[in-house]
Amino acid sequence: MDILQILFWLLTVMAIGCALGVVLSRNPVNSVIFLILTFFAISGHYLLLNAQFLAIVNIIVYAGAIMVLFLFVIMLMNLNADTEPQKSWLVQLAGVISGGTLFLVIIAAISKVGHLGVIDKNATDIGLIKNLGKVLFTDYVFAFEISSVLFLTAMIGAIVIGKKEAE
Amino acid sequence: MPIQYYLFLSLALFCIGIMGALMRRNAIIIFMSIELMLNAVNLLLAAFSKMYNDGAAQVFVFFIMVVAAAEVAVGLAIIVMMYRKVHSVDVNILNRLKH
Repeated sequence: MDILQILFWLLTVMAIGCALGVVLSRNPVNSVIFLILTFFAISGHYLLLNAQFLAIVNIIVYAGAIMVLFLFVIMLMNLNADTEPQKSWLVQLAGVISGGTLFLVIIAAISKVGHLGVIDKNATDIGLIKNLGKVLFTDYVFAFEISSVLFLTAMIGAIVIGKKEAE
Repeated sequence: MPIQYYLFLSLALFCIGIMGALMRRNAIIIFMSIELMLNAVNLLLAAFSKMYNDGAAQVFVFFIMVVAAAEVAVGLAIIVMMYRKVHSVDVNILNRLKH
């Protein structure tokens, strides 16, 4: 077992464990912390996959910006384990069963496929900013421009929704 | 390393996200579960990008992140407005249209 495989399993255990922590912890602040740890584990996986740009963007955008927004809203509302609404155990069991069934069904489907392929060990330079930028600004430049319009719309929408209504 | 490992990892994260969305009543936790599902898909796209030696999938991941950021901004605004109206983030309170 080489170092890459050890890192893979370490990051996998960290990602799945912290993802379970997000779902199972009663305190919403703990959920956010667990989700940040999950994102760090996924960023580690990006690094193993030679997607360096995505790893950095994942940390900056997700763990940095989005999660701080979540934490800010949770602390603004003063949510904690005492105010946390709980579903009845029957509904929780139904949720676990339906999620687990989906997991099993797709695993069964994938294992029927047989050999899917292996990760290309030589593809080490596609994740660099130079190559990604070339793809982004030649093939996907229209989508890039549209996403800027989406951001503007989301910004205006968030302001309009979050504004206090006049009495 | 076979692609199956990444498939199973992403699938596990995705199903944990689904379980979270079904199990919890706190709107913010449900929202975080959706983020978890988006990240599982992102991870799988990055793995396929390396498998096929193609940068397009990583550009798709980039766009998913863009859409997720916009979604979070609007969604949290909606949750804040809901909290201001009903002083709770319990999604079960929001079933009034049913009655």
